[in-house]
Formats: sequence, structure tokens, C-alpha cells
Amino acid sequence: MSQPKRTDAGGRIDRLRVLRFQFDGRRYQGYCGDTLASALLANDVHLTARSFKYHRPRGILALGAEEPNALVQLEQGAYTEPNVRATQIELYDGLIAHSQNRWPALGFDLGALNDTFSPLLPAGFYYKTFMWPASMWLRYEKAIRRMAGLGRAPCLPDPDRYDRMHAHCDVLVVGAGPAGLSAALSAARSGARVILADEQTEAGGQLLWERYDIDGHPAMAWVASVMAELAAAPEVRILARTLVSGYYDHNFVVACQRFDSPRSSAHAPRQRLWKIRAREVVLATGAVERALVFPDNDRPGIMLAGAVRGYLNRFGVTAGSRVVIATVGDDGYRTALDLASAGVAIAAVLDLRVRAAGFLPQQARARGIEVLTGQRIVATGGRMRVSAVRVQPFAGGTIREIACDLVAMSGGWIPTVHLFSQARGRLRFDARAGAFVPGEAMQPVRCAGSVQAAWLLHEALAQGFAAGGAAAQACGLEPARALELPQVSEPEATAADVALAHRGERASRRKQFVDFQADVTLADVGLAAREGYDAIEHLKRYTTAGMGVDQGKMGNANVVALLADARGEAAGTIGMSTFRPPYQPVSFSAIAGMDAGELFDPVRRTPMHEWHRRHGAVFEDAGQWKRACYYPRAGETLHASVQRECLAVRRGVGMLDASTLGKIDIQGPDAAEFLERIYCNPVRSLAPGRCRYGLMLKQDGMVFDDGVIARLAETHFLLTTTTGGAARVAAWLEEWLQTEWPMLKTYCTPVTEQYAQVAVSGPHSVELLAPLCSVDIRAMPFMSVRTGYVAGIGARIFRLSFAGGLGYEIAVPADRGYELWTTLMGAGERFDIAPYGTEAMHVLRAEKGFIIVGQETDGTVSPIDLGLDRLVRSDKFFIGQRSLARPDARRADRRQLVGLLTENPHEVLAEGTQLVAAPCTLARVAAEPVPMLGYVTSSYFSPSCGRSIALALVEAGVARIGQTLHAPLATRCVKVTLTAPRFVGDSDEVLHG
Amino acid sequence: MLRIACPWCGARDETEFGYGGEAHVALPADAAQLSDAAWAEYLFMRSNPKGRHRERWVHTHGCRRWFNVVRDTTTERIFAVYLAGSPPAQLPDEPA
Amino acid sequence: MGDDASMRRFIGRDLVLGECPARACVELRGDPDDASFVRAVRTVTDLPLPLDPGRSAAGLLASILWLGPDRWLVCSDTQAGSDLAASLRAALAAIACAVVDVGAARIVYAVGGSNARAVLAKGCSLDLHERKFPLGHCAQTLLAKAPVLVHLSGAEPTFEIHVARSLRDYAWAWLRAAASEYAAEADDA
Repeated sequence: MSQPKRTDAGGRIDRLRVLRFQFDGRRYQGYCGDTLASALLANDVHLTARSFKYHRPRGILALGAEEPNALVQLEQGAYTEPNVRATQIELYDGLIAHSQNRWPALGFDLGALNDTFSPLLPAGFYYKTFMWPASMWLRYEKAIRRMAGLGRAPCLPDPDRYDRMHAHCDVLVVGAGPAGLSAALSAARSGARVILADEQTEAGGQLLWERYDIDGHPAMAWVASVMAELAAAPEVRILARTLVSGYYDHNFVVACQRFDSPRSSAHAPRQRLWKIRAREVVLATGAVERALVFPDNDRPGIMLAGAVRGYLNRFGVTAGSRVVIATVGDDGYRTALDLASAGVAIAAVLDLRVRAAGFLPQQARARGIEVLTGQRIVATGGRMRVSAVRVQPFAGGTIREIACDLVAMSGGWIPTVHLFSQARGRLRFDARAGAFVPGEAMQPVRCAGSVQAAWLLHEALAQGFAAGGAAAQACGLEPARALELPQVSEPEATAADVALAHRGERASRRKQFVDFQADVTLADVGLAAREGYDAIEHLKRYTTAGMGVDQGKMGNANVVALLADARGEAAGTIGMSTFRPPYQPVSFSAIAGMDAGELFDPVRRTPMHEWHRRHGAVFEDAGQWKRACYYPRAGETLHASVQRECLAVRRGVGMLDASTLGKIDIQGPDAAEFLERIYCNPVRSLAPGRCRYGLMLKQDGMVFDDGVIARLAETHFLLTTTTGGAARVAAWLEEWLQTEWPMLKTYCTPVTEQYAQVAVSGPHSVELLAPLCSVDIRAMPFMSVRTGYVAGIGARIFRLSFAGGLGYEIAVPADRGYELWTTLMGAGERFDIAPYGTEAMHVLRAEKGFIIVGQETDGTVSPIDLGLDRLVRSDKFFIGQRSLARPDARRADRRQLVGLLTENPHEVLAEGTQLVAAPCTLARVAAEPVPMLGYVTSSYFSPSCGRSIALALVEAGVARIGQTLHAPLATRCVKVTLTAPRFVGDSDEVLHG
Repeated sequence: MLRIACPWCGARDETEFGYGGEAHVALPADAAQLSDAAWAEYLFMRSNPKGRHRERWVHTHGCRRWFNVVRDTTTERIFAVYLAGSPPAQLPDEPA
Repeated sequence: MGDDASMRRFIGRDLVLGECPARACVELRGDPDDASFVRAVRTVTDLPLPLDPGRSAAGLLASILWLGPDRWLVCSDTQAGSDLAASLRAALAAIACAVVDVGAARIVYAVGGSNARAVLAKGCSLDLHERKFPLGHCAQTLLAKAPVLVHLSGAEPTFEIHVARSLRDYAWAWLRAAASEYAAEADDA
């Protein structure tokens, strides 16, 4: 298969390595070193896409990241990736790509009817057309989404690997063009740790395709020598194929690196996200060419002039055989001269300026190229490819038609200031360049080269050297010795007149595109301005200009210029819409990196986890912890299992893995005083060896956490916290100790992970444990702690129970937890011991009216509201005391904790069910709102009570005990009676005592 | 993402830290004597400036120490970092 | 067994991952300005208490890692955790301080070889450059989403990663995934 548009020689491609690929089902060949775009052009394929809104045929326009048209769906199935710019896809053997947004085919697309009916789709048409009736929007939206489509997201899990890498450096250089290379070189020679990132496979930037000599040799020889020096420097890291997409605070820069083609290796990542922290940054991000605005300026075969030159010189591809060049500066002549040298016919150079007298225009004329000055394109012809242009002098006069198959347009250059702007840098309008350039920097960042509108090569090199050296110096390094600027020979260029680029033909009824990707035309900008959307940020949203996935890299400059014209103001005075990360879309896979599947979030497992798993436990998530929720036997439902587990605890003995409870060791001479201030209950009076239930409040008097305070010795305490509160409470204690009471000699050490803890609950617990314990547990009073051995393992034995009734908790070092658990299970066999999970624990504690922080409380519930005010000491200082002293804290109509009994004992209300005064249904409430008096916080079927029980927070609840309220459900209403929040009583066990 | 210089551990990523709001809001010694309004003022009211802000941070995933930072809330620039319990840091360009 | 006694191990190109045998670890709290405290610690461990952030001291009996201005981790491969804690408690009996056994609370993984820094850099935002993180240095930080203590214990380099026992499986799965690109060619990831 031939590549009809490939030159015989030249370009940075390897003609010995032929690569096969498919586009829209047709087979083609390209060479190693090609991009998908260059390979398509080599095969004379221009038509690559349909436009977003009007489905107009579109071709490849640009050379790199700024490409607005040629977005393709790369690969298929699980490997597919939508909206990838063909200009940035490095060709590999077997590549498969498809065009997007067309049906049934690229050449015949029914969506193109949008173009015919486009008068119905003016700027802001979404807002104007589909507002009424509002209920129809959901249907319109589906149809619009289908029509205005981009690529399709993959529906299968991504089989490739992705990861991220943190990196640190003194100087990060973004862009490996002439300015970036010289910056990296001068920084590296100063001894700086340098990272040089560039999106291309090869370094060189514009030198990859521009024909310059440096120090008397082709520029790429200079690039090769610089790269060799950088590669040899131990502190320099070169990141090729790495696109810097985000510049965040404190010089945090994110870049995405592509590796080989998908499926290339089972082990290596496909993409890597770099998170770079740089002390200094040098942005050498270059510039992109500006398009010209003229009627039907979007036909395939109309390209940027620099891109045409780039495809020729870098890839050996002539994008056309008869070319019209339209330009507002000398730059277009370079394309004309390079094409002419390659033997391509130049139909004419159309210079929109009145005078074209510089060195390059003279050269063109000398080669016999026809140069038309003071003229512009007023119309183009051709269906799937441009076939002719009509040109006319600005002054009026004859319209001449010129046949061609390629139009190369050059509207001047737009500095790529996105990253500088993301770094909060201010932009400044450079009137000479007719573009926004970096102004005042807000972070340690410097710019060099064409991003600063330094168009000439020697300027770019000089700025790069200076910026790299200054950056290294700012890091405290000595400037490099003997840095000589390379010598460059380049023709002088006269200034481009960029104001000519966006003028267009006001009178033309044809579409003149300013934002190709978002399908925004000159007329749209004018209409939006007339309708009052004449601030740049309003215009952007109203017309969608700049809101495509390319974020208007190419189009924004013309949009801003047109808006300034419409407002009758000078270009540059109306500002620029804000650039936000990412510069270019980054795939979700790259962002997720390794944090997917089992690594999505850490899973914390207790030492006994494996036992629970083997014994059929169903787990629930408690924060990051996996906790055994219940242990169903064969055929058992959740309900049946929980009922069985509850009865085992109430009548026999059960065992719970309580290892996830937060545990904090507190030591020091002032430990008691410290805890006295932390808890609302008294602590100092607690005797060594005894435990007490404790409540911690926030300063606003609301419950923060609860747990057991165990006094192990005079100056040694152990606190337990809720499972979810462990980290929060430890941080809270440190905060008070460090910031308010540093004089208190107290040390807090989180020891949650050190201990496995087992709750042994039920009337038989003492018979089970006593023979295994080295201390006489029968003699232990309720709420006490002893140190000894259980089954030969050093342990702390607590006599307390969150389930209520007789119970013990045993804590052993975590590495012995599994052994303890299995030993106790074995010893418990003769008592028919049952492991019980968190669900049964919840039922058991609710029967006793014990609260769970976060279930009965939500940060607005005080101990008084919970009926626990008897715990609160008023004769000491503690956190929250002052707030509880407010009259409001004792307001009678606050929501208070009560018990609920449903009229039907088998009715278990859903937690969260709301309570109202009079019977009604939710359907009625929707029509006629009624005051909500409270809601259900916990609700279970209690096997001990033989009926449902619930806890609730109810306005003035205590005063309503004995009364009935109503719980409206969807179609019916449940009558409930308020009771005290305690359903199973014992005389001896009062945990809260 | 901010890079914060913990006075003990040196510069670390923001993800290692917790934020503690405005610094130098002293716990009133005589809370019991305060009016409800004065207590609410202490508890809830903060200066929330646009510009330089003296605020508390804790190195949660590092040394667990609390410390103070002077940060510009508009530019995210950090001017100074100092130990908890020290008087408010005075910057060279600020009136004492 | 719930606590799998078999040690985890992975060998790749210029990379070794492995789980270290359990060791005695004690968290020590105290006032570094109190000379008697520093002296007592030295008596037990034969080591100077490291007072600068990120520093550690290593000897025959034990090693001491700086965790905070009044917090250290004392580790020993040769003593039982309870013995280490007991001898420290005895020596420090009259001093306001805290000695807390935390040996069972942690798992230590070793990451060694010239690719060790790259593996850790995938989840750790510390600058592990040898000038910034020299031999013997330690730091508490995050590795992916797990709080860890990183200690450069060997010059090869070998990093020791202390992680909470409950995160043993998560941390190993993460390390294995991060290491997969360095798998020996024949090895299936």
C-alpha cells in the first residue's frame, strides 16, 4: 500500500519500520515516528470528524494539543478511549481508531441536517428553545446528547495498569523546545535537580520541524547534544511523552505520561500521573497558531500554515498538491517556501496586509510564487475537501476564484499561557504581539520563549538560558560557568498584523468559525453581544465558546478579539476567560492510578477477621474496618440470625469481636486532672482498678464521643472510644493538651491497634471465663478492671457489658487475639456459645437504652437531651460546661431521647422515620406540610421483649412519655406510644452508673 | 495542594495536616462569668479575613504537633510558621 | 491461622519486598529537656536519645526513632516487648513519662533495592532523595492511603515501612501492585 502524500525523503520518521493501522475500518500504513494525524494525511485522508453541533465535515487542522477537530475514538472494547486528538496519538502497529459523532458514516451523516436547519440553532439555543415546557427537558436532553456527541465512554473495566509518581526538584522546565532546553541546560549546569517535561516523544519543540541552523549545524544536532548532556547529568530527569496538565498552589504541578501503546505489557503502566513539587518552575510552553475567520473556513483541507509546514518537515507529508496560503504575517511565507522546495504547487500567497516587503515575502516572490497583498478569502468551495477559494481585495473589486486542495492559514501566534494562568499569574495584553502574555507571577515561576511572545529563535534561547539560570540561583545554587549562547542564523521577520485574523465577512451568510470544536461562529459572538452577553465569562457560557474539551486553545483569541470589536473597545481591554486545570483532559484511569478495586480505600481487619470469614460472617463497614455483622447458619436470614445471637447472649453466652473500639493510653502525673476537664463526668474520684462510662462534649455542650474510662493506676488510664471516633478523639485530646493546657504533664498514646478485645456476654460468661483466668473474676465488681492471664495470655480483664447483663471484656496484645478467640470459642462449646455480630450488639444495647454516638446523636444532642444529665457534674470545669449552663440547654421543647412502642408489636419502623402529632400519610404531608416532632434513631425487633422497640428523639419527649404520636408512611400511618428509653431492665447492671 | 512547613518535620504536603481554624482565640479563663452573648462570641465568631490569616494546623500524619501558620487566604502564600503557644508572629512589613 | 505466620516476600528487578519478623516496639514519651530522662533511656538502650526531627539511633540492644519532640519509638530485635517495656519503666520509674508497648500494633515491611525509592514514590509524597532522606532518617507520613512510619535502615537502600496491623493486607497489596512493573520477566504479576 502506498502513502500517496509521503515525500521521498526527509522527516523524523523511520521509513524502514512500516506500521499498519485502521481508521474507520479501512487499512492504512504509516511509519514509526508518525502520529495518527500525519499517517492519515500521508494517505491523503483529511476528513476525520464531524463537528459537534452542525455535524459539518472536518479535517485535521493543527499539529498538536490545540487540534479542535480530529478527535477520535482510540481502540475498542475495554481499551477504548474517547476524544483523543489524532495529532497526539503516536502511531503503533495495529492501532485501530474510529471517527466520532457521525451516523451512519463519516461521509454520509444524517446529523448534518443540523447544518441545514442551523438558523434554528443560534447562540444560546439551549436556553431559548428548550425552556418550555420544563417537563420536556429530560426528553430533549437525551436527543441533544445523542446528536451533539463526542466519543463514547468505555463500558468495560479498564484492563491496563496506571499509577502515579511523586517527584521533587529544584527546577521544573515545562516544554523541551529551544527555550525549555536552554533553561534545563543552564539549570542543570548549576547543579540543580531538574525535571524536563515535554509532551512529545522527541525533544526539540518547534525545532522538530522548523529549518534553523544553530552554531552552523541543523538545529536538531544542537538538540541532540543538549539532550545527551542532560541525560548524562545525574540530577536531571527527562520526562518525554509527558503533558503537564495542571499547575496548582505552591508549585505543585501535575503531568500525565503516556507509555507505549495499550496492551504492550502486562506489568508496565499505560499512563502515569506525575505529581511534581518544584521549588522553581520555568514555563517554555510555546505558542499555537491562530486561525483566520472567513466564510466556510472549516472545510477539510483548510489547515494552519505552521501545521502544514510541520507535517512536511517533521513527517515528510505534503498535506496537499495545490496550495493557497493566507497569512497576516511573514510566517505564512515559510510554509510557502518549504512546500515549494518540496515540489508542491503554490497557487498563491494571500497576504491580508497591504504591504509585504520583508525578507521572506521577497524570497517567495523571487521563487516565482504569486503574492496577493491586501486581499482576503470571501468564500470557499468543496464538499468533503476544499476545492477552491474566492479572494477579493479589502478595497473591493473583482472576486477571483483559485482552485486548490489545501489552504494554509496563518493568523499569527497565541502564547500558551494556560499553565501560567492556572498558577494564578496575571496576564498582560501585548499589543505588539496582539495577544495575552504572562504578566505578574504569583508563584516562583518564570516564562521563556514564545509563551512570552519571543518569536525569534535567538530570543527564545537567550530567555531560556536566563530563566533556567535564575531559577537555579533562586534555589541557592551558583550560576553555571562558561555558558555561551549558541549562534543562530534566522531571517528577520516583519510584524504580523493579527488584527486582520478575526475580521471575517460581516455580510456573508455563510458560517465563519471562531471556535471550531464548539461550533461557534462569528455571527454567534455578535448575536450574544447584542443580546447583552458581552462580558467575556457570560459570552463563554452563552455561546459555549471555549467550553469544548480543547477549552478553546485556538479559538479563544479570536473570540476575545471579536467581542472587543463588538463592544467597540481595543483588543486586550476586556480580559480573558479564566484558564483552569486541566490544560488537556486527563483520563479518569490516570487520575485513579492504583487506587481502584481492592486498593480503592484501605480495608482494616481485626486479628480475628479470618475466623469470622471462615465461620460465614457477613461483614459490614464501620469506617475502614470490616466488622462481623452477623453469623448466619445454613439457611438463616439476617433476622433469624440476629434473633438467635441476641437470645444466646441473654440466656447463655455470646462473644463479640470488639477489637475495633478505639483505645487510648493516658499517663502522667496530671492525667486525672486532664481527663477531669475532658469528660463531663467525674474522673478524679475514680479508684484505681475501676471503670466508668464517660461522655465527651464539644465546647458547644453537644455529645462528641463516649466510652469507658478505666483507671489502671493512680497516674495511668485507658480510655475506649467509639470505633469511628478513635482518631478524632486522640486528635482532640492532643489539641487541648498542646494548645490550651501544655502545663499538664500528660501523655496520650493511641493503642487501638495494640489490643484485640473480646466481649464475652451473658449469664454463662463467668462460668466460661473463670477457669481460664488467673484472677478471680467472680470477685470483680461491676465496672472494674484487673490485669492477669486468660488462657495463658497476658490480658486486661474488664467487667462491663455494652450488651447489658453479666459480661466481661478481655484485651490481649493483637498478635494473640486470634489465639484468644479460638480458645474461648472452644471452651464455650459446652455452653453452646454463639459468636454475635454488630447487629445483635445494636439490638442488645437498644434494649437497655444505651446510645450509640452518631446514631442517637448528630452533633446537636446534649447529655441533657439524652437523659444523661445525672452524669454531668456541675461543680467542676469541663469542656462544654459553659454551654450547658445556658438556659437554652434546658429548654423543655428540645428534642429528647425516648423509647417508642408501635401499636402493632411486629411493626419495625425504618430508622429515620419521622413523627407527627396527628395521623396522616406521607402523600398527605406532601400536599399539606405538618410540623415534624422528631424521628426514629434506632429500631429493631427485640427477641427478649418479643416485640419491636425503637429509640427516638422527640420534641419535649420526656413530657410526652405515655402519649401517642404518629409515624406517617407512604400510604398508611403507624401509631406509636412514647416510653422511657429502656426496654429490658436488670437491677444490678447500670452501665451508666 | 499546599506545601506546609511543619516546624518540626519540615515541608510536607497538605494531605498530612489537619486544619484548626483561627489561631490566638484564647479560652476565656472566666467562662462561668461570661454572658451568654460573650460566650457565643468566643465560641462561634471568627475574623475570616480576605488576606493574611493566622491559623492553626496540626501535623496529623506526622509528629501530631499543633502549630500556627500565617497564610494569605487569597493567594495561599504562607508567610510564617510558628509554634503553638507563641505570640502572634509579626511580619517585617506589618505594624507591630 | 488468623495471623498468617508465613512471611510475605517478593523479589523483582533490583527490588525486594518482604515482611519483617515481629519485633519489640515501645512508644516512649517524655521531656527531652529533662536530663535524668535522657540519661535513664541511655542506661537501658545504650543509645543517645535522638533530639532532631527525623533522626534515629541504632545500637546492638535497640534502635530509637524520633517520632515527635517528646515521642520516640524504641525497637529491639533481641528483647521481648514486655521485657523492653519493663526495663524502661523500671529505669524511668521516678520520672514523668510514658512507656507504652506497641509491638503488636504494627507490621514492618522492608522495601529494598535500587528501585525501592521509585516504588515508594508511587504513594509517598516525601522527597526520598538520598541527600534529603539520608541513611537512618525516619518520617511519619502517608503511603497511598495508609499512615506509615518510613525508616531508611540500610544503605542498599532498605526502607522499613511500619504500618498499623489492621492495614497489613492493604499495605502489602499496595506494595505488590506498585512493584509489579519491576517483576522479573518470567514472573506473573
